[in-house]
Amino acid sequence: METPKEQTNGLIKFLRDSANALLIPLLAVLTAVIVGGAVIASAGGNPFNAYLGLFEGAFGSTKALSETAVWSTPYIFAGLAVALAFKGGLFNIGAEGQLAFGAVASALIGYLPDQMGVRIPAAIHIPLAVGGGMLAGAIWAAIPGALKAYTGGHEVINTIMMNYIALNLTSFLLNGPMRDPDPLNLSARTPEIALSARIPPIFAVLRIHWGFVLALLIAVFIWWLLWKTTLGFEIRTVGLNPDAAKYAGINVKRTTIITMALSGALAGLAGAIEVTALNYRHELGFSSGYGFDAIAIALLGKSNPMGIVLASILFGAMRNGATRMQFLTQIPVDVISVIQGLILLFVAADTIVRFIYRVRVQEERVTLTRGWGG
Amino acid sequence: MNWRRFGVVAVVIAVLFGVVIVIGKSQTPPLIIITSMLTTTIAVATPLTLGALSGIYCERAGVVNIGIEGMMLAAAFFGWLASLYMNSIFGFAPTPSLIIGVFAAILSGALFALLHAALSITFKVDQIIGGTVVNILAIGVTGFLNRQLFFEKNSIFGGNVPHAPGVLPSIRIPILADIPIFGGIFDQQPITIAAVALVFITHYVLFYTRWGLRTRAVGEHPRAADTVGINVAFMRYANVLIGGCMAGLGGAYFTLQSVSSFEPLMTNGRGFISLAAMIFGNWSPIGSWAASLVFGAAQAMQINLQIFRELIPPQWAFLQQSYIVGLAPYLLTMLILTGVVGKTIPPAADGQPYEK
Amino acid sequence: MTENQIVLEAKGITKQFPGVLACDNVNFDLRKGEIHALLGENGAGKSTLMNLIYGLHRPDKGEIFVNGKTAAIHSPKDSIALGVGMVHQHFMLIPVFDVAENVMLGDETVKRGSLDHKSVAARILEISAQYGLNVDPNTLVGSLPVGIQQRVEIVKTLYRHAEIVILDEPTAVLTPQEAEDLFRIMRDLTARGVSIIFITHKLKEVLAIADRITVMRAGRVVGSTTPQETNEANLASMMVGREVILTVDKKDHEAEDEILKVEGLSARDQRDLETVHDVSFTVRGGEVLGIAGVQGNGQTELSEALTGLIAPTGGKVMFAGLDVTGKTPRMMTEAGLAHIPEDRQRHGLVLAYTVADNMALCDYYRAPFSKGGVMQPQALDENARRLISEYDVRTPSPYVNAGKLSGGNQQKVIVARELSRNVKLVIANQPTRGLDVGSIEYIHSEIIKMRDRGVAVLLISAELDEIMALSDRIAVMYRGKIVATVETKKTTREQLGLWMAGAQAQAA
Repeated sequence: METPKEQTNGLIKFLRDSANALLIPLLAVLTAVIVGGAVIASAGGNPFNAYLGLFEGAFGSTKALSETAVWSTPYIFAGLAVALAFKGGLFNIGAEGQLAFGAVASALIGYLPDQMGVRIPAAIHIPLAVGGGMLAGAIWAAIPGALKAYTGGHEVINTIMMNYIALNLTSFLLNGPMRDPDPLNLSARTPEIALSARIPPIFAVLRIHWGFVLALLIAVFIWWLLWKTTLGFEIRTVGLNPDAAKYAGINVKRTTIITMALSGALAGLAGAIEVTALNYRHELGFSSGYGFDAIAIALLGKSNPMGIVLASILFGAMRNGATRMQFLTQIPVDVISVIQGLILLFVAADTIVRFIYRVRVQEERVTLTRGWGG
Repeated sequence: MNWRRFGVVAVVIAVLFGVVIVIGKSQTPPLIIITSMLTTTIAVATPLTLGALSGIYCERAGVVNIGIEGMMLAAAFFGWLASLYMNSIFGFAPTPSLIIGVFAAILSGALFALLHAALSITFKVDQIIGGTVVNILAIGVTGFLNRQLFFEKNSIFGGNVPHAPGVLPSIRIPILADIPIFGGIFDQQPITIAAVALVFITHYVLFYTRWGLRTRAVGEHPRAADTVGINVAFMRYANVLIGGCMAGLGGAYFTLQSVSSFEPLMTNGRGFISLAAMIFGNWSPIGSWAASLVFGAAQAMQINLQIFRELIPPQWAFLQQSYIVGLAPYLLTMLILTGVVGKTIPPAADGQPYEK
Repeated sequence: MTENQIVLEAKGITKQFPGVLACDNVNFDLRKGEIHALLGENGAGKSTLMNLIYGLHRPDKGEIFVNGKTAAIHSPKDSIALGVGMVHQHFMLIPVFDVAENVMLGDETVKRGSLDHKSVAARILEISAQYGLNVDPNTLVGSLPVGIQQRVEIVKTLYRHAEIVILDEPTAVLTPQEAEDLFRIMRDLTARGVSIIFITHKLKEVLAIADRITVMRAGRVVGSTTPQETNEANLASMMVGREVILTVDKKDHEAEDEILKVEGLSARDQRDLETVHDVSFTVRGGEVLGIAGVQGNGQTELSEALTGLIAPTGGKVMFAGLDVTGKTPRMMTEAGLAHIPEDRQRHGLVLAYTVADNMALCDYYRAPFSKGGVMQPQALDENARRLISEYDVRTPSPYVNAGKLSGGNQQKVIVARELSRNVKLVIANQPTRGLDVGSIEYIHSEIIKMRDRGVAVLLISAELDEIMALSDRIAVMYRGKIVATVETKKTTREQLGLWMAGAQAQAA
């Protein structure tokens, strides 16, 4: 093993690297908050009140904390999905569609037994519904993965196309065959899922559910997968240098498809948990916007599971707190989107942040764009 | 010019037209259907054509631009906003308001392009991430401002959407527009005409002028261009800005020519489909235009099938579902990208930041 | 006197890049009509100095004078205007443009708004005729052979009326015959008053063609001399700073059983062109078979087909009696193949991984490095430390990123990983390209060690000296075919050069 001196050096290096790794994202968030404040001011609002309202809404009470956790859960799954793909050298912009498909599949498995008059014990029904969602998401992502592996078709455009296809298909399904037949229903949504398919909340009076705990566990699992297992080694090698991966005997095509499938499974899991633990059905429009947010979270969290958990909680807090902010200050919740866009901007262009704050650390540049291949 | 690819284009368009004719012929004569489809195809292909041209200018110079969608969305919003300002607040007549709107749209596209250029060229951010940033910011800003300006009582419009100045009028070319069947091609709105003209202008510029030679050099082998004294960064910035103007004009189509209102996310993937058109056209203006016509035809088919809803025979009932038919452009895009229609070769240095 | 007039002078040039002082107070001058060779090993600073003169970078300190006047060179535009032209080691040509477009780029002739292709083509033909360069303005550069591409680069400089021409390692991609042709062109140019700076690391050439020789080492000028006053050994020791043994110590070794048998192998490159046609040869245990040939004659695809990176389109490969045609890299590795790839940073290493991870790059999936799908860091650590010590890899720790190592040490990591396995066959493709002399010596001795142990070695190299020094037998590759196979002892450099240039196929 490493010598004691190497171990101490290693520890110091780890602490310093962690501090450095946190520094740029923190500064990026800070800068975005400042610029966002300017945007709020220019729209006629008071930035301080806005941010106070935001904070209060996100963390100001037990209920607020619970809601923040609820909002963060799908972000954690979706952020992990995008990050895993990044590590494999792939750009999964399709988290949105994979999530939607996972939600639809979960909902279907959730309500179908009721409609057919069949009873399934919860111990089977819940894993079935959740697993079904993961599988649906995995398939949805594996298709562009296979296209990339075997035809060289770039996954950026293909995953985006799959998003629109998913949107169209779910619109069709939710307005048609899967629509809630309840005569009082006016929306494009599924019927409620069976009681046996529902994941219970942790406390009876709050909305926070076991899905949040699952998300944290999955984050640890993904960390272990990527850095401790052989499969993770293969995924990362393909992501860093596909030529060397081939030389090393790795089946690049197979690894590409597996990476996308895993990524899609995580995104599908996000949708499945929303259905089984929170909404107990799937409604059109409920999964909107997670896809791009997931990309921002993955970048903010530097594709590291721990960072993603933190970034997800940040985004979840912002979404949750925004309602309170709007209530108190009349500033529309949409300003959150602008701030999130700015965070992403400053994280991506970390050179700007480095320049503003005179930070000197050199880090690896994330380069995924290798042209369109083909 | 790749004849095989043009052949595929012709066949696919014929098939798409054919489906509509077969279904609708009991209600409308085929020739009229053809005319209507042609006119619609060329019109709806407009944003795709302009988006593809935007992609061509950027990528021929070596910068991958997936932010075209965001640039179009922002241009659609700000162009519409400007026309509303001019019309409702400054009291301009409709047509001048719309024209000013078009210029505002082009400017918005250029500004977002400037952001993308700075991220990609100066800060050397990964270009796909940079493009994603543009898209996210565009969605955020347009969503926020849309809500703030039109749904907040305190805003300048008083919380209502004012009466819009309509859409740009069509321009009819006298003798050509009277040709039977094909005459409809020559009766189009200005942005469409501009788009077609720009296709040919871009072809000339790219392959016959000094600017085009240097642009392509910078996209193929920037170091070679550097060694003969060409300023790589300048060429890339300039071309990305031109691309932004193209995308801006494409965005103007949505709110100033097609309909006269703004919906969040109304560009609906057209910016991304433009990229597929560009790839299919092998990064050439005329090829990309042909590809965008294919997508236009798919959309025209979707529109016309809705008109002929009742005539769709039961075994083809799925065609009645607009959501299902609406899948056509996206499926087509994916099919094209598999390269089953032939290999495409991007500019050699596409996507790589240049370091001296 | 015009002959001794100094046309270019660099004084006190200093340039610092992150982590390396590329030029340290360098003085250099060029006289009219002379061929001044700049000699040094890889990394000595020669290219940097020329890039500074040409304007691709700016010096931190120092001045440049052209024809006695101070030159303000901020970009290649300025140096071109002053009459300086440069032919780079890696061509600055755009394959999808034709010759005329490449030549006129940056200095385009425009008629009524569009490019005047015709008059540029006419001028190119003029220049071509004047200097015997034989270049067709309308061909696509990508389809031209390398020797002609180089001439296009020369035409580019003459088109801009260059009086000072810098040639950076021009013979790296030429056969001996083509190099002779180049020398003829160079003498032609100097006879017309053009002054030439000629960068190289090849001692024989320098003695053959230069009027003056300046040697650089580690960013400094070590000395200047003329061919009359020096010899190879002297120059070599100036380049490296110590006595250099120019030949490899190699004893005769009886070749053993056939290990690799290639029959009728064909393969295509990335553009789907067939670059390997019907190639056959055998390599026995305990011998080195050298594949000689200028780059671009199919060697890349040959080694990729043999190591499983691409699938051959025809033929058979037998490895120790097993048919391994078209098998994957992993199968080849497990069968006993060691592959030292041509492009070490692209194929041989993951630069972002640690040295330890790279040391196990091909074996990570099996014991002891991986058990039940989980990686075993202890095994990786032990393996790395052992190999670092055995193969003298200079690195502060096994946990440094491979990208931080020098070229020579990166290659040592690959060599350590590959040769420490239980191997029957080593395929080494351009193993010493771009390395310093010390690393070159080390790798040569490792190759001979493997051979002496009974391993079969297939050595592919564009450096004829390396092939002749290490190989027991030599096969020459030209345009994808093996045109000759001989024992090293029974052939000469000239004969090999003729085969490399496709002059004559060997009589059966």
